Amino acid sequence: MNNIMGMIFIVVGLVFDFFGCLGLVRLPDVYNRLQASTKCVTFGTCSILFGAFLMLGITAAGIKTLFCIIFLVLTAPVSAHALARGAHISGVKLWKKSVVDRYKEDKRSNQ
Amino acid sequence: MKSRVILFFLAFLVWMGLTWPPDWQHFAIGILVASFVSFMTGDMFVQRPHVLKNPKRYLWFLYYLPIFIWECFKANIDVAWRVGHPDVPINPGIVKVKTILTSDTGLTFLANSITLTPGTLSVDINQEKGFLYVHWINVKDKDIERATRLIVHRFEKILSRIFE
Repeated sequence: MNNIMGMIFIVVGLVFDFFGCLGLVRLPDVYNRLQASTKCVTFGTCSILFGAFLMLGITAAGIKTLFCIIFLVLTAPVSAHALARGAHISGVKLWKKSVVDRYKEDKRSNQ
Repeated sequence: MKSRVILFFLAFLVWMGLTWPPDWQHFAIGILVASFVSFMTGDMFVQRPHVLKNPKRYLWFLYYLPIFIWECFKANIDVAWRVGHPDVPINPGIVKVKTILTSDTGLTFLANSITLTPGTLSVDINQEKGFLYVHWINVKDKDIERATRLIVHRFEKILSRIFE
């Protein structure tokens, strides 16, 4: 039973990881690509790790997968945030059809 | 001092998890390593130890977890739909939202939650004025108040009960 559940989680994770990578190719600019890759890859990889935990049970490797999930959830959004902020500060422009950029407006008014 | 004790127990727990199954050698080395780490870096780990004493905060955290996982799942369906659609239906932009949270931990969790929930990615935080700049893949409203209601409000109340 645990094996089947683990397999299901791993397949779901693979599908989401695939969509994350597809987003990396199809979306237009840095920020949109970060959105796709962060969300889908975090959730997909957590799902794969949780599936592996279900298949392995409470063993040496199984507990490490749980730690990996915790650290991945804590660090992936932080790195995405750092990349987005760094890109904006170093002058990477938003996609030309973007609607609004309050960050740029505020940076201009501060100068 | 309290901060060091808390860090010691956390580090020891992580160590025991990493060296599963338990064994007296791992146990002894774990105590040495955890006490060394908590001695060196313990004073900057927990700034406000009184927050950890209140059991209500842990219950709110348990209530927050399923909401967070459900939002995360919705975010993935949303991104998968946008990416798989032949026209790539996006309408991106960076909007500004307000928050009432002030503590470091609370703001970190809010920014991380925003990043992992549907269509939003936090770009920068202005801690003094309580503003967050959020990249939104499908901008529904450019106004600060209404964007705040759409993006921040579902987490803010729970997070303010956990971390403030």
